[in-house]
Amino acid sequence: MLTAVAIAVDGLGFAAWLFLSSVGLTLIYGVMRILNIAHGGFYALGAYTAAWAVGLYTQTGSTIALTYLIIPLAALVAGVVSGLLVERGILRFMYGRDEVLMVLVTYAIFLILEDVTKLIWGTDSYVSYQPAYWLGTIDVFGLPYTVYKFLIIAVAIAVGAALYVTLNHTRVGKLLLVVIEDREVSKALGINVTLFFTVTFVIGATLGALGGALTAPEISVVPGIGAEIIVMAFAVIVIGGMGSIGGAMLGALIVGFSRAAFVHLYPPAELFSIYLVMAAVLAVKPYGLFALAESRKI
Amino acid sequence: MASANKGARARAARSSRNILMAATALGLAASFVAAGSAQAQEEPVKIGLVTFLSGGAAGPFGVPARNAAELVIGAINAGSLPAPYDSAGFAGRQIETIFVDENSKQKNADFQKLVEKDGVDMVLGYISSSSCKAIAPEAEKAEKLTILFDCGTPQIFEEIVTDPKYTFRTGAHATMDNVAAARYLVDTGVKTGSYAGINQNYAFGQDSWRDFSASMAQVDGEATIATEQFPKIYAGQYGSEISALLTSKPDVIHSSFWGGDMEAFVIQGSARGVFERSKVVLTTGETAMHRLGAQMPDGTVIGARGPHGDLAPESDLNDWFRKAYFDRFGTLPTYPSYKMAQALLGVKAAADKAGSADQDAVIGALKGLEWEGPSGKVSMALANGHQAIQGTAYGTYKFDKETGKAALVDVVRYDAECVNPPAGMNSIDWIESGFEGAKCE
Repeated sequence: MLTAVAIAVDGLGFAAWLFLSSVGLTLIYGVMRILNIAHGGFYALGAYTAAWAVGLYTQTGSTIALTYLIIPLAALVAGVVSGLLVERGILRFMYGRDEVLMVLVTYAIFLILEDVTKLIWGTDSYVSYQPAYWLGTIDVFGLPYTVYKFLIIAVAIAVGAALYVTLNHTRVGKLLLVVIEDREVSKALGINVTLFFTVTFVIGATLGALGGALTAPEISVVPGIGAEIIVMAFAVIVIGGMGSIGGAMLGALIVGFSRAAFVHLYPPAELFSIYLVMAAVLAVKPYGLFALAESRKI
Repeated sequence: MASANKGARARAARSSRNILMAATALGLAASFVAAGSAQAQEEPVKIGLVTFLSGGAAGPFGVPARNAAELVIGAINAGSLPAPYDSAGFAGRQIETIFVDENSKQKNADFQKLVEKDGVDMVLGYISSSSCKAIAPEAEKAEKLTILFDCGTPQIFEEIVTDPKYTFRTGAHATMDNVAAARYLVDTGVKTGSYAGINQNYAFGQDSWRDFSASMAQVDGEATIATEQFPKIYAGQYGSEISALLTSKPDVIHSSFWGGDMEAFVIQGSARGVFERSKVVLTTGETAMHRLGAQMPDGTVIGARGPHGDLAPESDLNDWFRKAYFDRFGTLPTYPSYKMAQALLGVKAAADKAGSADQDAVIGALKGLEWEGPSGKVSMALANGHQAIQGTAYGTYKFDKETGKAALVDVVRYDAECVNPPAGMNSIDWIESGFEGAKCE
């Protein structure tokens, strides 16, 4: 019983983190058809900015409560600044190129961002645990969990819901769906596709940075965290269907629960669990669970 | 997180110091050329130094090791080390370095480039067990003197290169860390009825757990394993593993986690009471204790993969090393720095003994050599004189809130022959034989 509860809570917690870390990747792919490897760079930038800002702030000895404001603000600054620089400075000159070429371009940007973080923050680790500790723990059937973990679950649900509502129930969202469906027709209808691209990329980058910023208090922020996340995020969105927000959510849940189940029931196979799930899903649905239907153009 | 500002200040101070040093070096070089001195005619010894300069292992290991290399090589070249290392150079020859990042997808090609294109006299480096597993056979093939200074897996000379000629490892392998950890628990009266492990899923983590669990079976035959967790290296998120550790209620938890993974585990585990419910042993904990400060829970058993850092015994050499390192880099040296210094001093001792820094002379003298490092005596006792053993120590963590300083208490020291297998015997066979022939005081 305790193990079942632990699998449920651990799985949900891990899924929330996975969703927050991968939703930006799937959003950008869905709208722009760019598999943005630089996503890992945005994640790392968010994590470093948040850890650094929280560290500076807590040195002043003021209340920890404000750090919950500092974290999203750090993500916003990191995401908007770097997202705008990358999109306006590089990507806009590359639109319309082959998808594979764009993977290489964003990979190059990722490598640059890795060095930028190293240039700014060095190779030492940054630890900003205060926000994760301050809220304390709650016992679930005698098993202590940090309240911060539940906060991350709540933020993941809120981000998912906000994206769903924006896409399906607002004018901007509906226009964006048209852009996703057909760029040429959208342009012909007078939709400013370039602006949509810029805004989408900046939002995607900010979501990546938010994933990193929210994770920072739970981890030690070190060089290389961006490379780790890109592999996980890619697996999640492939399982869910690239470009689908709902797919990312479902992919995160499947990976989260299966990993938690392996850790509790058969730990030696934990390393393999994510790939097992991915292989099983792709064997049945080669384009992922919620893949967008592609209309063939002649 | 005092490290942010302090780090920035230290970096700024370092860069201005680097400029100053570069200027001094240029000045010195110019004066050498002008004088046309005899020293300038003797070719310097060229060393390829390979450590992590990027990626997750750079901060805790690679950079402290590189810093130590710069410090010690500078002092060797200047002849400013305490005795018996107070003569300049390797047998009189100055040292030149080429630094290479170990965080590379093509480690073998990088090694070959050092040997063939850069023409180094020796390669010294390698922190990751995976790197050493790849490089040791390469070094033998290339017939190039290669000193492994840090990596832990006992497989190197027990399985990978069983008859080494050119490869040496100047630090003890991970068997020592885990045998000593098990002994420490028993010696300090820790309840060991059940124990669990959380180790990274690669050579170092797997071997560490193998040796620790085999040692526990010897020191407490009735102890049972509660759970064995092997998360991916650099996973960072250990929520499920921590729940598994909490639900299986072990008395002792063993972890050879290092770097960011260890710090993340400490943060997530201590928030959820893991360190209160179980005695946690961190075999590489020393690298993070000063940085984590109050965040590392009191009572945690801390190792340094040898008697390094805070566990190093007092000596003139150790005093010099700690002071010089702190003065130059603004932090105290941790075990990777000690192990780098130990490796360089081993080569210097060998070259000075042979009276030559040529490859064959150094190899001949380094085989079976004994020398003093900043953390005490090192003996090349295993693998036909190619693998070092040394004594080790463990301590229990205690943070002083008033002074804000971290310290290790209840330190227990172990002789080299107590925690290392004898020559000619594989680590696991030795442990399973009940530590046959171990000499413990």
